[in-house]
Amino acid sequence: MTNPVLKYQSQSVAKLYFIAAMALFAGQIIFGVALGLQYLIGDLFFPYIPFNIARMVHTNLLIVWLLFGFMGAGYYIVPEEAETELHSPALAIALFWIFLAAGALTIVGYLALPYAKLAELTGNDLLQTMGREFLEQPLPTKVGIVVVALGFLYNLSMTMLKGRKTSVSVVLMIGLWGLALMFLFSFVNPHNLVRDKMYWWFVVHLWVEGVWELILGALLAFVLIKVTGVDREVIDKWLYVIIAFALMTGLLGTGHHYYFIGMPAYWKWVGSIFSALEPLPFFMMTLFAFNMVKQRRREHPNQAAIVWALGTAVVGFLGAGVWGFIHTLSVVNYYTHGSQLTAAHGHLAFYGAYVLVVITLISYAMPQLRGRLANSPEAQRLEIRSFWIMTIGMSIMVLALTAAGVHQVWLQRLPTENAMGFMAVQDQLRGYYWVRVLGGVTFLVGQFTYFASFFVKGTHVLPELKNTTKATLSPQAA
Amino acid sequence: MSQQTGGFTKQMARNMFYGGTAFFALLFAAMIFDSERRIPERSNAHEITPAVIAGKKIWETRNCIGCHTLLGEGAYFAPELGNVYKRRGPDFIKAWMGAMPSHAPSRRQMPQFNLNETQTGDLIEFLKWTGEINTENWPPNIEG
Repeated sequence: MTNPVLKYQSQSVAKLYFIAAMALFAGQIIFGVALGLQYLIGDLFFPYIPFNIARMVHTNLLIVWLLFGFMGAGYYIVPEEAETELHSPALAIALFWIFLAAGALTIVGYLALPYAKLAELTGNDLLQTMGREFLEQPLPTKVGIVVVALGFLYNLSMTMLKGRKTSVSVVLMIGLWGLALMFLFSFVNPHNLVRDKMYWWFVVHLWVEGVWELILGALLAFVLIKVTGVDREVIDKWLYVIIAFALMTGLLGTGHHYYFIGMPAYWKWVGSIFSALEPLPFFMMTLFAFNMVKQRRREHPNQAAIVWALGTAVVGFLGAGVWGFIHTLSVVNYYTHGSQLTAAHGHLAFYGAYVLVVITLISYAMPQLRGRLANSPEAQRLEIRSFWIMTIGMSIMVLALTAAGVHQVWLQRLPTENAMGFMAVQDQLRGYYWVRVLGGVTFLVGQFTYFASFFVKGTHVLPELKNTTKATLSPQAA
Repeated sequence: MSQQTGGFTKQMARNMFYGGTAFFALLFAAMIFDSERRIPERSNAHEITPAVIAGKKIWETRNCIGCHTLLGEGAYFAPELGNVYKRRGPDFIKAWMGAMPSHAPSRRQMPQFNLNETQTGDLIEFLKWTGEINTENWPPNIEG
């Protein structure tokens, strides 16, 4: 059945990716709440799901669902920007199922087997890559990610090559190619721990504070073009300036991870200076989003998407910019490194920049993938409410973790004599951790509110069709 | 084109992106190259014995980073271990590993990894070597 809203029918493959992304997102948050509880009830689920396993599931699900989101976004955006059908929809669908099955098997492996056993069974002896934070995936999963990424990039690159090349799609593709290229460093694991950590950050930092920002910028620019009707030329210029600053500060900003892991001392200067500038592109993104919405030339029927887009710009700036800056200078980081402040920053930055931008794109694209221009006002109201519940939940969590971090530094790091030990300090922080769990549960409620908005009926905004009577379209056309 | 009257065009923005990225990527690469040369001395690479290498593998395949931090990186659920050799010494670490889990009600539990004598020894050698890395005097005190 043809979709009357989609400009190119092959864009519809994105729907699969978005649905999977949201399902995995739910799993991520459920494990997150369990982790928050384990901070307070230390033996919860022990020995069946120890903390390290639950955390690995939590962070790996985050990475995988964001990747699903980016891929869905790519399949949605590139055909439309290139003004041509996707090179191979069949390949996109095949890779989807391969990626989903591999991801699910990996999670089952984490939960069903002791990690050492999983390592042994999956060939970690051939090439040792496991057991490093965020890169815990077994070798076959890592190889699978590379294969899926190559197929995905081939498909999109071929699509772009045969069509129009816009700034949005060029920037998106550079970001996605960079993502795949940097992931190759996950296969590098030298015996020397310092060298290992140095290359490990090539994946972790150069993803989230490097090439992912290109993807973020491109997705935001795409949605803003669509919902505001502002001249492409203006939006493109902003996009290039923002990503220029993102990489000019972010590349040497890697230095803020090199302060205390055995790297030369000059990184303390380089890291401090350049990471202090890292909030700049995020600040520009906030200005950009509000400016474009102010200068809008049309009232798009999908107002919820605008809320998500502005939310991305503001919360991204707060999380990645402000909360990053708080402890980015080496003299401050000397005390805060690896404390709960790091956790506070990590949560708000990921939520603000990447979770919200993927939802922005889904919020814009999903109604169209379901055959409407926008959801009914009732559905949008619920969706906007879900944004606020999630954001408030996240804010509660982050403020609690920030307070916990400051208290932790005060007791454990600042005293030169008789500093309190780690576990004794943790006992002092229980109050903050309860508040964090409250924030987490609020977030979960917001997330399910968001999912519920997909099922709210009402009068959806349908396209005006030539040669078709409106009667052929039911208001609930899925 | 209204943008051209403003002076700063999209083409200029694009060139700034490509030029700036290329420049800073090269600078980054040069600094990484220099760091590579200095890592052996800063990390006492000559002391990386087969036991240290085996110990790192134990560390990784038990997913220790999922609870602990090592030089400040990892999870924040359990103590920093980059300096644990100095804080506790080898005998304590060995006894601790053997006594896990504590089963103390509602306390955080560390799994029992059933390491043999050699494996425990390797892990301790790895932690000992890690403690000697020049970390610019981090952590600020022995509590990590």
